[in-house]
Amino acid sequence: MNIAAASEVLASIWTVWAVMVFAGIAYWAWRPANRRRFEQDARIPLDDGQ
Amino acid sequence: MSSQAAALPKPRYVEDVIRAAIVLCIFWGVAAFTVGVVIAAQLVWPQLSFDSEHLTFGRLRPLHTSAAIFAFGGTALIGTAFHVVQRTCRARLFGGAPLGWFVLLGYQFFIVIAATGYLLGITQSKEYAEPEWYADLWLTIVWVAYLVAYLGTVLKREEPHIYVANWFYLAFIITIAMLHIVNNLAIPVSITGSKSYSAWAGVQDAMIQWWYGHNAVGFFLTAAFLGMMYYYIPKAANRPIYSYRLSIVHFWSLVFLYIWAGPHHLHYTSLPDWAQTLGMVFSVMLWMPSWGGMINGLMTLSGAWEKLRTDPGLRFSVTAVGFYGMATFEGPVMSIKAVNSLSHYTDWTIGHVHSGALGWVAFIVFGTLYYLVPRMWNRPAMWSTRLIGWHYWIATIGIVLYITAMWVSGIMQGLMWRAYDELGFLQYSFVETVAAMKPFYMIRLLGGVFFLSGALIMVYNVWRTVRGQSEAAATLRPAIAA
Amino acid sequence: MFLRHETIEKNVILMMVLTLITVSIGGIVQIIPLFTIESTVERVDGVRPYTPLEVLGRNIYIREGCYVCHSQQIRPFKDEVERYGHYSLAAESMYDKPFQWGSKRTGPDLARVGGRYSNDWHVGHLVSPRDVVPESIMPAYPFLAQRRLQTADVAQHLKALRLGGTPYSDDMIKNAEADLLAQATPDADTDALLKRYPRAVIGKAMSQTQAITEMDALVAYLQMLGTLVRFGDLPPERLRQ
Repeated sequence: MNIAAASEVLASIWTVWAVMVFAGIAYWAWRPANRRRFEQDARIPLDDGQ
Repeated sequence: MSSQAAALPKPRYVEDVIRAAIVLCIFWGVAAFTVGVVIAAQLVWPQLSFDSEHLTFGRLRPLHTSAAIFAFGGTALIGTAFHVVQRTCRARLFGGAPLGWFVLLGYQFFIVIAATGYLLGITQSKEYAEPEWYADLWLTIVWVAYLVAYLGTVLKREEPHIYVANWFYLAFIITIAMLHIVNNLAIPVSITGSKSYSAWAGVQDAMIQWWYGHNAVGFFLTAAFLGMMYYYIPKAANRPIYSYRLSIVHFWSLVFLYIWAGPHHLHYTSLPDWAQTLGMVFSVMLWMPSWGGMINGLMTLSGAWEKLRTDPGLRFSVTAVGFYGMATFEGPVMSIKAVNSLSHYTDWTIGHVHSGALGWVAFIVFGTLYYLVPRMWNRPAMWSTRLIGWHYWIATIGIVLYITAMWVSGIMQGLMWRAYDELGFLQYSFVETVAAMKPFYMIRLLGGVFFLSGALIMVYNVWRTVRGQSEAAATLRPAIAA
Repeated sequence: MFLRHETIEKNVILMMVLTLITVSIGGIVQIIPLFTIESTVERVDGVRPYTPLEVLGRNIYIREGCYVCHSQQIRPFKDEVERYGHYSLAAESMYDKPFQWGSKRTGPDLARVGGRYSNDWHVGHLVSPRDVVPESIMPAYPFLAQRRLQTADVAQHLKALRLGGTPYSDDMIKNAEADLLAQATPDADTDALLKRYPRAVIGKAMSQTQAITEMDALVAYLQMLGTLVRFGDLPPERLRQ
């Protein structure tokens, strides 16, 4: 297999993988169980006592 | 710790470096805008190079772009990165003041050797990567120190979570390191001379250069300044970011998509078609995370819009986010091959760049400076709120003049180049299209003068703020007060 | 095991590594295949490394930032091909370190400017653009005509280029200075030069001065741009990437 063909296969695999990771991140970000801690994280800059 | 040391506690945060960065950033901003006005004038009156080799457009243009992006923008980023990382990690800068000073002053030294080189004709001719090999090597050392200081601070943080602004700053630092090293690989002619030859050639060099060039936009001018947005807009508005979840998705999708968009700078060139298509597809997809980020920034103000009336500094930041949204809509449109066939090589690109550089980058910096200056110098507020308002309106008019002039001239240029007369000949000679641009180049110059004038108002306001106030307040160490 | 984002988010080193991987992939996929020359650069005859005089002329082109306003990349559109000539091939810039495709046409494209104007036209235009083209907004470069070209280290330049992959032979490097002089001296013996660098344009742009000036080198470079590939005798399938 030459580099051009290999890179085409790699690009397809990478796209599928990236979509999966992205879905994972989106799911994790919007999971109701995580809601509270994100609200806390968002307050990090405001809670420095000034 | 001995009681002696406890009586004189070390200030919690390193702040002298940040104050110096603010002053230097303002200085470079004025310098960059001034050179911009000069070269805009040269395009109207070419005699303004005075037959001097040091003042030609070809040598001053890299001076302008480097001063704007790397000197003004970069110094702002170093200063704010140190401010944000210490505050959000509740930790003193890793390496303390010495490392902070090394990063800031080392970076200034890089700027000075690069800029003086441009005037002497020392350049690699790679856009936004013009400095020659010795300056590149020095920047690499400074950049590693920057990463160490930043990463070290995050590692020793007291806050369990890493606030999202830090992700953006960190992605900026490491991606720029990667791009800088690969794009600048070169072989010097001699160790005592400035000239080098790129390790890459032709089409590969073109691809690597625009992979660098586009991601300098993506990670230097976008990701890093988004870090600024995610910290300073919530601070100035005194409300948390609209959606922290959206910011997570914003970050990862931006990091993933941006890096692929480079080939849209090479549409219809000798670059193979598959690479051009890949670049176009990812550029169009980039529109989504960009607008996600814009919505996140703007909606932070929801329910507190009245703050925009009372706080013109915040108005700068919020308008910047608006321009970010506009520029990141225009960019994907221009990356579509059919549109690009008209817009490429024309002033439309220049206008697009400036709606990003003036509207987004400079405005978010101005907004941040108006927030930071009173706090860093321990003043109740900026010396004059009214002057911030003046700055805002003059700068906004300047941007509008600039980008509308470039839209018209760019589209006109593109259409004139491809116009045919009824006999089937090209209708215009090239020089006729040059002559047709003159009125728009004058309007652009006027826009630039407005923008520069606004910045000078800021200089005066900052100077009065720093100088103002009683001596007692001035001698109080702000870090202790913190 | 599936990585939890919370783990990434608390571990800055892990986050840094993941970011670096994410940003590396795009570059790897887009850049590395381009180095398989067979599918990137067309198989055409005629393209050769620059002569020593052209190398130094090209360096002046770079030094003065000509690329800021002039592209060297003709796109395959009817109007561009009519205005500037055959669309640019990747092969034509294969020895360009760095490439000079440019990104803006404040002035016209120069990819095929070679041979279009006389040497005298170029000298007059560079010294005082508006005397030749009244509407021009190009800066004037009178100093190029007054400055002697630095030629002493030209072999050193060729060596650096060879180290980066340009196929300069030992012979070319040994004769670098002699070739430079031969190309820029009227009536010199140029047989050896033309054997090493076919289709080199012989001549001195400023016939009135004895010394070789920076102007001579720059014009020599401009006069060869786009002239190496003879499109007339090229079968179309050779143009495919």
